[in-house]
Amino acid sequence: MAEVRLHGVTKSFGATTALQEMSITVPDGSFVVLLGPTGAGKTTLLRMVSGLDKPDMGEVFIGGQPVRGLTPAQRNVAMVFQQYSLYPHLTVRENMEFPLKSPLLRTPRAEITRKVAEVAEVLQISHKLENKATALSGGEMQRVSIGRALVRNPAVYLMDEPLSSLDAKLRADLRIELKNIQANLGATFLYVTHDQVEAMTMATHVGVLDHGRLVQFGTPREIYENPVSIYAAGRLGQPHINILPADLFGPAPPAATKIGLRPEQIRQGEGQDSLVKRVEHLGDQTRLHLSFNHHDLITVTDAHTTLQAGDIVKIQPQHPFYFDATGARIL
Amino acid sequence: MSFSITEPSNRQKWIAGILVIGYAILTLIPLIWIIATGFKTPSDAIAYPPKLLFTPSLEGYVNLFTSRTRLAPEDLAALGDPTTWYDKIVRSYDMVITGPSRYGERFMNSVVIGFGSTFLSVFLGTIAAYAFSRFKVPLKDDLLFFILSTRMMPPIAVAIPIFLMYRELGLSDTRLGMILLYTAVNLSLSVWLLKGFIDEIPVEYEEAALIDGYTRFQAFYKVVLPQAATGIASTAIFCLIFAWNEYAFAALLTSGTAQTAPPFIPTIIGAGGKDWPAVAAGATLFLVPIMVFTILLRKHLLRGITFGAVRK
Ligand SMILES: Nc1ncnc2c1ncn2[C@@H]1O[C@H](COP(=O)(O)OP(=O)(O)OP(=O)(O)O)[C@@H](O)[C@H]1O
Ligand SMILES: [Mg+2]
Repeated sequence: MAEVRLHGVTKSFGATTALQEMSITVPDGSFVVLLGPTGAGKTTLLRMVSGLDKPDMGEVFIGGQPVRGLTPAQRNVAMVFQQYSLYPHLTVRENMEFPLKSPLLRTPRAEITRKVAEVAEVLQISHKLENKATALSGGEMQRVSIGRALVRNPAVYLMDEPLSSLDAKLRADLRIELKNIQANLGATFLYVTHDQVEAMTMATHVGVLDHGRLVQFGTPREIYENPVSIYAAGRLGQPHINILPADLFGPAPPAATKIGLRPEQIRQGEGQDSLVKRVEHLGDQTRLHLSFNHHDLITVTDAHTTLQAGDIVKIQPQHPFYFDATGARIL
Repeated sequence: MSFSITEPSNRQKWIAGILVIGYAILTLIPLIWIIATGFKTPSDAIAYPPKLLFTPSLEGYVNLFTSRTRLAPEDLAALGDPTTWYDKIVRSYDMVITGPSRYGERFMNSVVIGFGSTFLSVFLGTIAAYAFSRFKVPLKDDLLFFILSTRMMPPIAVAIPIFLMYRELGLSDTRLGMILLYTAVNLSLSVWLLKGFIDEIPVEYEEAALIDGYTRFQAFYKVVLPQAATGIASTAIFCLIFAWNEYAFAALLTSGTAQTAPPFIPTIIGAGGKDWPAVAAGATLFLVPIMVFTILLRKHLLRGITFGAVRK
């Protein structure tokens, strides 16, 4: 296991700049989650580390050593691709054995069998081992693809939305398994997800990417509780943070143009009247769609609320975020 | 008027069936004719009107594989009774077998040259196609066009320069010379066909293999080749068919040791121009290897010819 560091990495594809002067450190044994909307450069960043693409500028370090000029094999990284990329001419078992049989690892036969069985068990695909890789459901393919990485013990695991096509139950199971691997083996993970729960529960650090730049890096709680911008605040939180005119509820700091309110920053039962437009029971959460001064906002309320559409509820901001005209947070 | 693209009506199926069978019969007639002639006696072979029913004979095959000479009746009598069934056939024409014919050698030449050049064409073609498909090759499009342009005239149009060149290089009438020649002619086809197949294999598989600890060559060998098998098989068939059947260059550049079967077979007819069954027998046997090869790879060929349409 090793630390991974990018220093000033820039990568362009024609006119698109996928990564811009990206510097980020993935500490040894950490679980770093990359957040960012589609096209932000997450996959590109993983490819820089893996060696599948070369930076136009800047340097990548693995375990403190610059890896410029090293092949992906020499970098000893494992990667779960966004699009699975299972070898279609091989069985599930052969797919998972493939990295172990490589000239890099040359694992003894007994060890291969043991390792594959163990990982297949964890991923709940033991019964599919003899299937052709093409004769699988999307979620099964994705787990085989994770398995192909987990049989190894690389410098870093790179995972590109590895749980995206799994059902909620499996996703929860695997979240715990991956987290265990990181916590027990001290493995280093660089992990891309769009899923808030994954980010909050698995990450030791979260990196927020915006158009190829790292805009914030910190623990998940820091990112959630202390976002540096509207953009960073919008990456986490369900329901999405409410962004409203700064003076909607009264006086605001001078430079502020927007106020940001997460559900827990909206106190109910005090303050000014708002109209309940809709009540959504999501099971674990009950969402209120409110209208306040011609602005819509969404917040969360008690699961057993008796509120109904048309009711009036008083609301008041509590420790809100203020943002300036550029979207940066005002402290 | 309405029709379904997915499920043809019964009437359409009948029409399609009749057309296909009709076409098959049409193309098979010469083949059947040749095979049948191989089992006729020389007089049956030239009978007019043609004999559809005849007593099969192995005369053609015996004549194909043997050299014979005519003896005077007293010499024949001195030899005593024929000992084998083929001696018997030959004796009925007052002849004796003096040794094997050249057919076996010529056939082997065809095998070595045909399969040798096919292997080389496909081997070099695969490597070149992979490079064109995966790497940034300077002037890629121009190079590809140039490679294709070698097929824009009939190869025989350059026969005289090649003839002179081969004479200077000592490649005339050698197996190596013919292998190189057929490889050169086939290479453009094989590069283009194979590039199409390799383009269709997503590059992600190789990337996965690189990550999994393999070098690029190992990834090519372990991941790309198995998936290109269909394309390689169908390309091999096309190359082999060309090299196997090529007549003009073979007639021009080979006369002795490296002569292939196509220019040899017509010479079997002999001085009297009567031995059609032997010619037909030679042609029939000549068909066998390529038929076996094609049937073995048939599954791939069908998929290969429709490539692009069925994959993925
Ligand atoms: N091979 C390429 N050629 C051209 N442009 C590319 C290439 N790879 C990535 N890009 C561009 O670089 C930008 C970043 O792409 P990247 O794949 O890293 O995004 P991402 O954050 O992984 O997005 P997603 O969440 O959709 O997977 C995008 O604008 C994309 O179009
Ligand atoms: Mg991506």
